Amino acid sequence: MDAAALTSRFPATQDLAGKDMPTYRVAGSDLLAVVSALRDEQGFDLLADLCGLELQGRPVRFGVVIHLLSTTHKEYVRLHVDAVNDRVPSVSSLHPGANWHEREAFDMFGIVFEGHPDPRRILMWDSYPYHPLRKDFPLAGIEVPFPAADVAEVTGQKVEPAPMMGGPFVSHGGKLSEGEPSALDQSWTEEKPKA
Amino acid sequence: MKITKEISIGDVAARSEELRGENMTLNMGPSHPATHGVLRLSLELDGDKVVKCDPVIGYLHRGDEKIAENMTYNQFVPYTDRLDYLAPLANNVAYAIAVEKLAGLKLPARCEAIRVLTCEMARISSHLLGIGVYAMDTGAWTVFMYTFNEREKLYTLFEELTGARFTTSYTRIGGVTRDIPDGWLPKVSAFCDGVERTIDEVDKLLTRNGIFLERTEGIATISKEMALAYGLTGPNLRASGVPFDLRKDKPYSGYEQYDFDVPVGVKGDCFDRYLVRMEELRQSVRIIRQVVKTMPGGAWYAEDAKKIFLPPKAKVMTKMEELIQNFMLVTEGPQIPAGEVYFEAENPKGALGFYVVSNGGGVPYRLRIRGPSFVSLSILPAIVPGNFLTDVASILGSLDFVMGECDR
Repeated sequence: MDAAALTSRFPATQDLAGKDMPTYRVAGSDLLAVVSALRDEQGFDLLADLCGLELQGRPVRFGVVIHLLSTTHKEYVRLHVDAVNDRVPSVSSLHPGANWHEREAFDMFGIVFEGHPDPRRILMWDSYPYHPLRKDFPLAGIEVPFPAADVAEVTGQKVEPAPMMGGPFVSHGGKLSEGEPSALDQSWTEEKPKA
Repeated sequence: MKITKEISIGDVAARSEELRGENMTLNMGPSHPATHGVLRLSLELDGDKVVKCDPVIGYLHRGDEKIAENMTYNQFVPYTDRLDYLAPLANNVAYAIAVEKLAGLKLPARCEAIRVLTCEMARISSHLLGIGVYAMDTGAWTVFMYTFNEREKLYTLFEELTGARFTTSYTRIGGVTRDIPDGWLPKVSAFCDGVERTIDEVDKLLTRNGIFLERTEGIATISKEMALAYGLTGPNLRASGVPFDLRKDKPYSGYEQYDFDVPVGVKGDCFDRYLVRMEELRQSVRIIRQVVKTMPGGAWYAEDAKKIFLPPKAKVMTKMEELIQNFMLVTEGPQIPAGEVYFEAENPKGALGFYVVSNGGGVPYRLRIRGPSFVSLSILPAIVPGNFLTDVASILGSLDFVMGECDR
């Protein structure tokens, strides 16, 4: 892995001094050229992983992290790309395996991959309105002063239904009956003896 | 009034061009025995030839990556069981090593050896099932009975070691949950003898079996270039002729001490993928025998990692220092320094990768899981078209995927 060659050829590339593998921050406009140079000239022939990420301490909200592997030199390289205006060029034309990873990053974060051959959701259903891995997506419902009655009854929380509900194949929580078997009998305590 | 129209065979033949009509769309799955879980293939058929294949996944999506961001590192271990649920021990180990790499932990030799042993047992368990159901998909029922018999014995061993047959949750960051029980290693050796006989029997039943060969040879050939382009890993990559195995090429957990060979395929068809798995079974048995023979003594967890691994229970009950340590670890989680790490382990299905971003503290900021099955399935639109509908079952069987890991 020739770090100097990469940073001199692509001046916008920044060496982040990764601890476990060489790590670079690449400008979105250089991404395709960098990935194809790494593939054709330095032997990084396998795209191990591509994922979205909500950035911290950067001017843009989302970024994409690409891990490339060289099966000949047996080493990895990591590329960070900022998603300016939530957009990143797609590398599916260079590594067809990136296709599904990019669909997942779009599904989970809403990052748009420019030039992607098949820009659909992959894990969530097509009409799903949210991007669940964003940090502002709640884990168990949004807290509101006037919650949905059915949810409040089941969960005891003042929340709007979790954005999962209503999708295909999502089962609806039923009411707990009195006779529901439970591992621990909590009907009696030291103060309140067993009936 | 009822109108009946008589159509003679001659008429049908004359109208054959007209009858050809348009392609048919067939949904295979999400609950179909050959899709091994909840995979749905939207197939476009011309007669019984597949023209287009569009896999629809996500039926088993549980949001593991989101869940991981909301709990401590050790609490996530049970979730890793449910990724590749046919080899939970290997997932536990891969996850623990990724986080330990971020923490810069060095583990004692005994712990590493135990992990190698469990990983290889998990590989045998996964490949036995993979080959058994693959044979069943191609019409050979008996093999499944042979391999499942051996898997039962493995489960009994897992139960003795971890307390659970299926969802083992055996590792913790910085070690494992418990040491090997007394008299367990000889049982593992005895299992090795038995499984070798079973592998030979399966070999005799399948490898020269005319029907099995017809169903697998030359079907869905994946070239070396294609396998690399789609990012295939593990047995599927090696069957296409790329000699890359993370255990050899990026050794972890002390794999470099053990002597084993990496089987590589020639053509990259369904039959090669079967052959590679058969040979990997034998090599795993070879590794297990070596580990059992050279199992080092000493500590089985990182004793100096006071802020990561729970202190021994006996000391918690008697010593103040350990009690505080125990309390802090349980409430706040293992303290992992800030940074990012990517680690891939050679799991039975391929390279299972974890990309962990930490801001310090006991909860990850982002935990990305790279499931090998997800990647293996992404090649389907490229290899399935052109094959007959019946071949789809044998192609799916040869890729050996599991939906828990694909959908996460």
